[in-house]
Amino acid sequence: MHYINIKLYSLTLLYCLLSGCTQDKIDESNYKSYYDKEDGGRLINAMTGEPSNLIAMIAGDSASSAIANNIFNSLLKYDESLNYAPEIAESWNVSNNQKTITFKIREGLYWADGEKLTSRDVMFTWKLVTDPNTRTPYASDYQLVKKATTPDPHTFTVTYEESYAPALDTWTALHILPEHLLKNEDVNSTYFSRKPIGSNYYKLDDWKSGQHVSLTRNPLSINGKANINNLISRIIPDTSSQFLELTADNIDLMNINPIQFQRVFPSREDLRNKIGLYKELGNGYTYLGFNLKKEPFNDKRVRRALNFAIDKDEIIKGVLLGLGEPLSSPYKPGTRWNNTKLKPYPYDSNKALALLNEAGYIKNKDGLLEKNGKVLRFEILTNQNKQREMTAVIIQRRLKEIGVDVSIRVIEWASFINQFIKTGDFDVVVLGWSLSLDPDQYNIWHSTQQGPGQFNFLGYENKRVDNLLERGRLELDVEKREKIYHEFSDILLEDSPIVYLYAGYGLSAINNRVRGIKKPSPPAGIYHNSYDWFIPKILRRNEISDI
Amino acid sequence: MLIGISLISFFIMHLAPGDVTSTEASFNPKASEESRQKLREIYNLDKPVIIQYGLWIKRIAQLDFGNSFASHQRPVLWETKDNNGNITKGLIQEALPITLLINLLGITVIFSISIILGTLSAVKQNSWVDKSITLFVFIGFAIPGFWLALLLMYWTGVSNQWLPISGLHSLNYENLSLFGQFTDLMKHLFLPVFVSSLSGLAGISLYVRNGMLEILNQDFITTARSKGLNEKKIVFVHALKNAILPLITIIGLSIPGLIGGSVISESIFAIPGMGKLFYDSVLMRDFPVIMGILTIGSVLTLIGNLIADLGYAWADPRIRKGITK
Repeated sequence: MHYINIKLYSLTLLYCLLSGCTQDKIDESNYKSYYDKEDGGRLINAMTGEPSNLIAMIAGDSASSAIANNIFNSLLKYDESLNYAPEIAESWNVSNNQKTITFKIREGLYWADGEKLTSRDVMFTWKLVTDPNTRTPYASDYQLVKKATTPDPHTFTVTYEESYAPALDTWTALHILPEHLLKNEDVNSTYFSRKPIGSNYYKLDDWKSGQHVSLTRNPLSINGKANINNLISRIIPDTSSQFLELTADNIDLMNINPIQFQRVFPSREDLRNKIGLYKELGNGYTYLGFNLKKEPFNDKRVRRALNFAIDKDEIIKGVLLGLGEPLSSPYKPGTRWNNTKLKPYPYDSNKALALLNEAGYIKNKDGLLEKNGKVLRFEILTNQNKQREMTAVIIQRRLKEIGVDVSIRVIEWASFINQFIKTGDFDVVVLGWSLSLDPDQYNIWHSTQQGPGQFNFLGYENKRVDNLLERGRLELDVEKREKIYHEFSDILLEDSPIVYLYAGYGLSAINNRVRGIKKPSPPAGIYHNSYDWFIPKILRRNEISDI
Repeated sequence: MLIGISLISFFIMHLAPGDVTSTEASFNPKASEESRQKLREIYNLDKPVIIQYGLWIKRIAQLDFGNSFASHQRPVLWETKDNNGNITKGLIQEALPITLLINLLGITVIFSISIILGTLSAVKQNSWVDKSITLFVFIGFAIPGFWLALLLMYWTGVSNQWLPISGLHSLNYENLSLFGQFTDLMKHLFLPVFVSSLSGLAGISLYVRNGMLEILNQDFITTARSKGLNEKKIVFVHALKNAILPLITIIGLSIPGLIGGSVISESIFAIPGMGKLFYDSVLMRDFPVIMGILTIGSVLTLIGNLIADLGYAWADPRIRKGITK
């Protein structure tokens, strides 16, 4: 959608023309003072999409999980530095043969409606997620549990067929649902998805379709009391409108883009005084992937050559205005799974040319690389995503310099998946994967995962990698597991089935009235301690009359 | 007629590759292909299109528009009640009144202003008034709506804080008095209606202008003038009545347009109307919602045509007489 670009431009232009004419309702000097924790107040944020369903196992969109995470708890959670921590379970114990996990459920837990939360609810949730009639895409992880038992109200044990290393990770993701409210409901179409009762810091207060979702503190929260009384998420699909709302002080928090972060804020002192900027490494990375079943990408030398010929720093500077990091493994830098010995391929066009010559490509009279009369020519395919489109254009130019003829095709998502990815009818794609917290990448790289609709659509096959991925799934010892995935990353980088392009930062702008935000953000992200944020009374909006 | 329309839309919809299981969110290694296949079977998406159409017609014959494929599974058209009395509102039920309100306001504004502008420029033909009106309506027509919307939002919402920037209601809407709620709604709708009306002025006002010019040159106007009637009466009573007759057709034809919202303006102003609903359901391949909106749209088009013909006959005795002959 091209109008977004024009809009951004006209907005930026506007700021230059009109800057400095914003009125402030609240005395700005108050923003600079220090405040102790205070209870109450409300936080208004903006989201682009409406949550569809607050039962996370059925939903699948990020808006839904953002809201549902405030309402529901899982057995375990990740702490600030991304280690497992207790939540509904106060402790857990892995048996010696690594096949059985016993969760000890905390005593004295209640649902927001006053009913007791016990292991029966956990059992019910597990049965629900594995029930074939439940329309959840996430069942497969939980179907690996061969047997689940609840010997008493505070114990829940699961036994796997064979040890499954990502198991604990899967139990951080499954929101436990109340049996007493859902046992007679069809989970696919229940009212509960819009009127949930949970156990976390907040409970649903009001949901106006297409307008806002409002949460209020849950007095029975199993984690204690959050500081802020109300969380309101306004649904504003257009990010330029969100930004106007932010500058007019009608919302406190939004995700911003690199232009706003690097260009608009630095030129607007009045905004910088009111609004704090936060960045943290996001949860995904963008890559260029080769169709390994096709000539010439089945030749490792060609893939490596193209990797050398792409300047990642230039892409990060051009597309993300420097707000991103290059990668050398599919894991988040700063976590233990990321192999720090590996370095991204540097930009080196001579090396690229040498490798291509070695693979048999010689420059023809038009300056294009040619082998057996065939010019090195391919198409980069990507979906409608501005950053990916711009990335493709920069790559196209760099490859042209060494004599590779690249064209670009941008396609709507559903067509992209059905006509190109599922059929394998593509040369090269620019796409993204998430940087998940568990290192298991079996679904993406194992050679058995190449069927239509499966995720190894690039067609990667490497016996050693297959073996490592299988072992990585069985190994629960963290040190040994780390070794396995470091070796896996090493092979993957050397083989170069994909070119890691960048991992972009997640950028947030938060009004300075919100205090208690950790800076720099911990590995788990700035929102990790949002229950601990607070808004001092003197900085609160007039909550009766605001817009 | 309706069957033809629905058949064509159904097949065109299925020509687009992909279905509800191929959204970007489902491209997630944690989601298995089996679960997606299961979903396809539940929704009958694995059956041939013609059978899917048959199933759809069967439901629609009982006025059952079905439930959305999206994970919220909400009813497409109207609310349903479960055994415990929990009401789930229909998608169209919630979006349609909002869009109707905006479009009705828009049409009222467009027609009332256009008739004034059109008459003025016809009466003062080729004067500077005429020329500046034409210039104004064409600027309004040509200016990109989203750009103007953002400028106005900045001016009235950020630098002056006269009007709310986006949304349909304030957060404290529930606590306002009835009058307060009304003003609140009007404040929120002012910009969206203003921006969407601006582009509609050009067509209608030129239509009125040309109609007026034609009428003003006719014999009966000359007669009226020679009778010594004052110019105001001639223009507003005798000429205008005749000149706006064709507008009835235009109003009739714009009835289906009333239920279609604009995606861009709804996104910018964060208004949950029909345009956004339709756009999102097309991207999601949410077939029941797409078909629901198309069916209601085509029914309204047919009704609109009928109303236009009837209204014309009602307003113009010449046509009425022609029919009865």
